[in-house]
Amino acid sequence: MNFSISLTVNGVRREIELDDPRVTLLDLLRERLDLTGTKKGCDRGQCGACTVLVNGRRINSCLALAVSQDGADILTIEGVSRGDQLHPMQAAFIAHDGFQCGFCTPGQVMSAIGLITEGQAGDDPERVREGMSGNLCRCGAYAGITEAVLEAQNTLTNSDQRRSA
Amino acid sequence: MMNFDYVRPATVAEAVAAASEKGATYLAAGTNLLDLMKGGVCHPSRLVDVTRLPGLDGVEYLADGGVRIGALVRNADLAHDAEFVRAFPSVAEALLSGASAQLRNAATVGGNVLQRTRCAYFYDAPSACNKRWPGAGCDARHGENRLHAVLGWSEACIATHPSDFCVPLVALDTVVEIEGRSGRREVALEALHRLPGDTPQRETLLERGDLIVALRLPAEARGFAAHARYIKVRERTSYAFAVVSAAASLRIEQGTIREARLALGGVAAKPWRARAAEQVLAGVAPDAAGLREAARIALADAKPSGDNAFKIELAQRILVRALTLAAAGTPERIPALPGSPFSSVSGVHHVA
Amino acid sequence: MSPEINLTCDPAHLRHGSNIGQPLTRRDGILKVKGEARYAADNHPPGMLYAVIAVSTIARGRVTFLDVAAAKRHPGVVEVMTPSHKPPLAEDPDGKPNPFAFKMELLQNDEVRYANQAIAVVVAETLEAATEGAALLSPQYHVEPARVGLDDAKSYLPPVVGIGNPAEVRHGDVDAALAGASNRIEAMYETSAQYHNAMEPHAIVASWDGDKLSIDTPSQGMAIAQMRLAGLFGIPPGNIHIRSPFLGGGFGSKGLVSGPQVLGIMAAKLVGRPVKLVLRRDQMYGPVGHRPPTRQTLRIGTDGEGRLTAIDHHAKVTTSTFDDFYEPAADASHTLYASPAIKTSHEAVRVDTGTPLFMRAPGEATGSIALESAIDEIALACGMDPLDFRLKNYAEVEPISGKPFSSKALRQCYAKGAERFGWAGRPLTPRQMRDDAGFLVGWGMGTATFPALMFQAQARAVIRSDGSGVMESGAHDMGQGAWTVLAQIAADGLGLGIDQVEFRSGTSDLPDAGIAGGSAHTATAGAAIHNAGAAVIAKLADLATNDERSPLFGAGNAGVIAREGRLFRRDDEARGESYTDILKRAGLAEIEASGGGAADPAAQSNYAMHAHGAVFAEVKVDPELGQIRVTRLVGAFAAGRIINPRLVQSQLFGGMIWGASFALHEEAVMDHRSGRILNANLAEYHIPVNADVPSLDVLTVDEHDPHVNVLGIKGVGEIGVTGSAGAVANAVWHATGVRARRFPIRIDDLLMRLD
Ligand SMILES: Cc1cc2nc3c(=O)[nH]c(=O)nc-3n(C[C@H](O)[C@H](O)[C@H](O)COP(=O)(O)OP(=O)(O)OC[C@H]3O[C@@H](n4cnc5c(N)ncnc54)[C@H](O)[C@@H]3O)c2cc1C
Ligand code: SF4
Ligand code: FES
Ligand code: FES
Repeated sequence: MNFSISLTVNGVRREIELDDPRVTLLDLLRERLDLTGTKKGCDRGQCGACTVLVNGRRINSCLALAVSQDGADILTIEGVSRGDQLHPMQAAFIAHDGFQCGFCTPGQVMSAIGLITEGQAGDDPERVREGMSGNLCRCGAYAGITEAVLEAQNTLTNSDQRRSA
Repeated sequence: MMNFDYVRPATVAEAVAAASEKGATYLAAGTNLLDLMKGGVCHPSRLVDVTRLPGLDGVEYLADGGVRIGALVRNADLAHDAEFVRAFPSVAEALLSGASAQLRNAATVGGNVLQRTRCAYFYDAPSACNKRWPGAGCDARHGENRLHAVLGWSEACIATHPSDFCVPLVALDTVVEIEGRSGRREVALEALHRLPGDTPQRETLLERGDLIVALRLPAEARGFAAHARYIKVRERTSYAFAVVSAAASLRIEQGTIREARLALGGVAAKPWRARAAEQVLAGVAPDAAGLREAARIALADAKPSGDNAFKIELAQRILVRALTLAAAGTPERIPALPGSPFSSVSGVHHVA
Repeated sequence: MSPEINLTCDPAHLRHGSNIGQPLTRRDGILKVKGEARYAADNHPPGMLYAVIAVSTIARGRVTFLDVAAAKRHPGVVEVMTPSHKPPLAEDPDGKPNPFAFKMELLQNDEVRYANQAIAVVVAETLEAATEGAALLSPQYHVEPARVGLDDAKSYLPPVVGIGNPAEVRHGDVDAALAGASNRIEAMYETSAQYHNAMEPHAIVASWDGDKLSIDTPSQGMAIAQMRLAGLFGIPPGNIHIRSPFLGGGFGSKGLVSGPQVLGIMAAKLVGRPVKLVLRRDQMYGPVGHRPPTRQTLRIGTDGEGRLTAIDHHAKVTTSTFDDFYEPAADASHTLYASPAIKTSHEAVRVDTGTPLFMRAPGEATGSIALESAIDEIALACGMDPLDFRLKNYAEVEPISGKPFSSKALRQCYAKGAERFGWAGRPLTPRQMRDDAGFLVGWGMGTATFPALMFQAQARAVIRSDGSGVMESGAHDMGQGAWTVLAQIAADGLGLGIDQVEFRSGTSDLPDAGIAGGSAHTATAGAAIHNAGAAVIAKLADLATNDERSPLFGAGNAGVIAREGRLFRRDDEARGESYTDILKRAGLAEIEASGGGAADPAAQSNYAMHAHGAVFAEVKVDPELGQIRVTRLVGAFAAGRIINPRLVQSQLFGGMIWGASFALHEEAVMDHRSGRILNANLAEYHIPVNADVPSLDVLTVDEHDPHVNVLGIKGVGEIGVTGSAGAVANAVWHATGVRARRFPIRIDDLLMRLD
C-alpha cells in the first residue's frame, strides 16, 4: 500500500510517497530525505537524540510514524540556522562547550529551542536541567548545556524585547 | 516491525468500526505502541490512527465544576493548562513527573492511561509471560523482580502499571468515557484496569473496538486543590519510571482532615486506590502518628512478590510524605522537579 | 578520498603565537551544532542496502534452525547471510593474530556463546524490511544452561590482567603487617556490569570495489582496524580506506573493530553493493565489550598513628568463556597510598557473556571505588579525617615500584579542591548534617589517578611557500577534541596561527596516529605532530642558515626559533625572515617532514608517571525515602600540561559524571536463568540525566613534567571517573551512616537501614 503525505520540512513543503507505513519520522528524515542531522541513539524514545519540532513542539521522531504526521510542519537541526548565521542556541552551545562528541547535540539544540518556546523554565537553572533531562548525553556535557540554554534564553528574550519595543 | 494496515478514520464511529476487527489497535501518539511493536512485544495487523478524530483534543470545563478531558489531549497541554493546574494540581504534577518533555508533548491522555507495563520480561519477547502468551508462565515471578508488584498480584502475573497520571486520577474518582460497538458507556477509572488473577492478558475492561473518548474529573475533585501532591521515588532525578509513587489529596477544615484521597503507583497492576486509609484519615488531625497509621493500613494487605519487600516499606513512607506535603499545602507553582522528593519539602531551596 | 571537512574557529578565540594553552572553542563546533558533522551512519552511497543483524536470544548453545525462507519472502529482503551462506574469510575469527585481537562472531559456525550474539544478517532495500526480515528468521536453538554470575563457575588465576600486567603483585609482607596493625579493616565491595553506551551506536557503511574496501565507521584506532580487516579479508591494509572523522563517543567500545562492523563488510561483499549496518541500542549489550562485574576484597592495616602498614586488594572478575580480558581492578592500589606492604591479586571466572573490554578507566574505575571506600573506612577506624588520612599516607614515590614520580602535584589538588569545596569543618561522624529542608547531607572525597601512557603515532608536516602549513595525522575525535587540540599543537609546532594550518585527520590514509585510548591520544599524536613540526622547521632553518642571502645565514639550527610564520635568530630577534621568503628563494613550493611520538623507554624505567586529582562530593539523601542526589562535585586535577582548558574541563566533567553514575546508577541487570540482559536499553539502564548533576566544578593544577613526553601532557580522558565514584559513595555514607558496599547504591540498600 502506498501513502501520499505532505510535510513542510524546514519551511519547504514536500509531497512524499511512502511505500511502507512502518517508516518512522526519524527514518524518513534520515534515510529517505537525506536529513541526517537528526540522530538515532536508541530508536525507542529513551535518549532524545532524535528530537525535532513538529508544529513547533519538540518530540522524539523515533516514536512517531511518518504517515501519521501528514500535514505537519517539521523543523530539524538543518533548518535552525539562517545560512552562516547560527541560531543563538547553536552559538551558545559552542561558547559553553555544551557537547563533546556532538552526537546528542542536534537533539539537545532542538530540545532546548523547544524548551524556550514552551516558556516553562525561564531563567531557573533547575527548571532548565529538568526540562533538558529528556536528552541524554553520554559524554556528560550537561553543565555546558545548561549554561548554553540559559544564555540563549537570555539572548532570545532580549531580542524579543528589542523587537517589540 | 511487522507490516500493518494503516487507516485514519474521520469519525469516531468509523474508528470503532475499523478497530473492531481482529488484530486492529488504536494508534494515538504511538510512544508506547510503537515502542512495543519495535520490541516485538505486540504485532497489530492494523493501526487505526485516532489522532485526527475531531472533538477529542479539548479540555472542557463543565458547568457543574467538573472537567472533561478529551482522550487526544496531549499530556503536556493538560499539565500546562492554567485552570487545570489550579483545580487539579496533583494531576498536573504527576503528568510532569513522567517521561520527558518530548514524550509528554506527544503522548495523549488516552494513551497514557492505556500504556502497558514496563515489566522487563513482558518486554523481553523470548521470556515466558502470561500477558503476552496466556498460559506460558511468568518469568518475572522467580526472576529479577525487585520493582514488581506488592499489592493485588497473582501467581500468574506480578507486573505493575507504570502510569504516573493515573495515580492522582484514580484518587479523584475519574470517570472514563468509552465509545464502543454498542455505543457510549462510562466506567470509573478505578475499575478500568483489572488485577491479573488468572487472566493477566486482560488488562482492562475494554472490549475490542472500544475507544476512550474522554476522562472526566468530577466537581468534588476540585475540593482538594489546596492540599494535593504527587510524590515519586525514582532511580535517577528525572526521566525514570516510579519505583513507588503516591498521590495524596486532602480537604482540611480547621486543622482537621475532612476527606482524604490516596492512591499509590508502581505497586500493582493498576493505579491503587487506598480507600481504607482514606477512611481512617477522615476527621483526624494530620499529625505524624495518624499519617503513619493510615499508611500502615494502606499497605496492610501487601506482600512481596519477589525481591521487593522494600517496596512495602517505601510505599508507606511515600504515603506519609505525600500526606505531610499535602497537609502543608499545595505549592504555588509546580516544583522545579515535579514529583521529586528533592523539591517536595515546602520552603526547600532547590539547587540553583 | 577524504571527506570535505570545514573546520572553523570562533574568531573571538583565535590566537596567534602560542596556541597551546588557549581555551579555543571546538573547531568542529559549527558542524556539530548544525547537524553537519557526518557520522558513519549518515552516509548513503548510491545503491546502498540496509543490513540488520539477527541476534541470539540464548546465552549458550547452538542455532538449530533459521527460517531463511520466511525472511526472504518478506518484500524488500535481498539476502540473508548465515553460517552456511556467507563470503569466505581469510582468517579464523577465533584466531588471535596478535594479543590485541579479540575473537569475533562472524557466523563461523552455529555456536552461541552469549546473548545478543549475531547469528545471521538480513540485507534489504529498506531498513524496515531488513528489520522485519531479521525478526522473521525465528531461530530455534539447542539450549545449554547459561553461566552468568561471579559464582557460576570455578575461578582461576588469570594469566595477566589489563594489558599484560601480572595478576598478582606483592611488595612487602601484607599478612605480617596486618597481623601487627593497630587498626585494620576488611571489606568486600561489589561492582556491576556496565556497558559503554556511547550515544552513537556502532555503525558501518561498507563498499567494495574489487579487492578494495571503503568504509565509514567510528574507530578509535583506524590503523589497527585496517590490519585486522586486512587479515580477515586477505587483502593488503592499504586497500582499506577508513573514514572516521567523528565518533559519537567511544569510551573504549570503538577501540577495536567489532564483530558486527565486520559483518557489515561481509554483507556488502555478499550482495556486491554498498551496505549500511547500524546496531540497535539493545544489540550493543554483547558484541562490543563491557565492564565486567567485580567483587573486591580489601584488607587494610595502619599503625597507631594512622600510617598505612598494609593494603591487600583482591579482585574477582568475569571474562567470556572464549576469550580473555581481565579487568585489572586491584591494580588501582599500586600507586596511590604509601604502604610498606601491598599485595594485589585477581581471580577470574568464565561466563556466557561477550568478552569484556576496555571501558573508560578500565580497572582504575572499578578498583578506585573499592579502594577509596576502603580508605574512607580505615580513616574512620583511625578516627581521622579522610583528607588528613590521605595526606598522612601521601606517596612520595610510587609505592609498588619505589620509583620517583615524574611529577605529582596531588598535594596541591587536595588543598585547592578542599578549599573550593569547603571541606574544612566537616564532621568526622556521619549523619551530622542536614539542609534547611531536612535532607541528610554528606561530604565525601576520593583520590583520582590514571597512568600517563604513550603509544605510537606518526605525523607529517608541510610548510608551503604561501606561508601556510599542513599537518596530517590520522587521529580520532571521539569528543575529546582532537580536531581542536591537535590543531593547536600543530600550529605551535609549525610556528603558525591556527587559521593558517590545515589539520588533516580522521581517515586511514593519513599517517597512523595510533589508538585513541588510555587517555594517551593527545600526548602521543601530539608528540608526533610536535616532532613533525620541529622537523619541518629544522629543514626550513637549514635552508635559511646555509643561504648567504638569508638574514639568518650562519645562525645554525639551534640558533633559530619559529613564530608567526617567520624564523628568527634566537640571539637577535630583530633578524629573521618569513617562511615564504625562505621557500621562494629556494625555489620550493613546499617543504615537508615527518615526526613520530612514542614512549621514551629511559624515562619509563626511571619514573612513575601518573596524573592525579582529588574529588569532593556532596550528596543529599532523603532521610525516609532513600533517594539520593549528587548536589555538588568539585574536582582538582594535576595532569601535566593543559593544551586547551575549555576542552579539558569538559573531559573532566564527563569523567566525574561517569563516576557519579558508577556509584549511583549504572547496572546491567541479567536474568540468571537465560543469561539475557533485561535492561538492554537507555530507559532502564540508567545513565545520569541533566538533573542528576546540578553542580560541577573543576580546577586544574599546573604541572611541568619534563619526563612524560615532549609536550609534558598526561591525559585527562579517564581520570575523572576515578576518585569521583568513591567520593560519591563516601558522601552517601557520611550523609546516612550506612556503608553501602554494592554499586550502584540502590534505594533498597539504604531504605531499611536509614533509621
Ligand atoms: C522512555 C519512556 C519513558 C517513559 N516514562 C514514563 C513515566 O515516567 N511515567 C509515565 O506515566 N509514563 C511514562 N512513559 C509512557 C508514556 O507516558 C506513554 O508512552 C504515553 O503516555 C502513551 O501515550 P500515546 O498517546 O503515545 O499512546 P500510544 O502509544 O499511541 O497508545 C498506547 C496504547 O493505548 C491504546 N490507545 C491509545 N489511545 C486510545 C484511546 N483513545 N482509546 C483506546 N485505546 C487507546 C493504544 O492502542 C495502545 O495500546 C514513558 C515512555 C517512554 C518511551
Ligand atoms: S509479571 Fe506479568 S507481565 Fe511480567 S512476565 Fe510475568 S506475566 Fe508477564
Ligand atoms: S532515538 Fe529517539 S529518543 Fe533515542
Ligand atoms: S556530546 Fe557526546 S553524547 Fe552528548
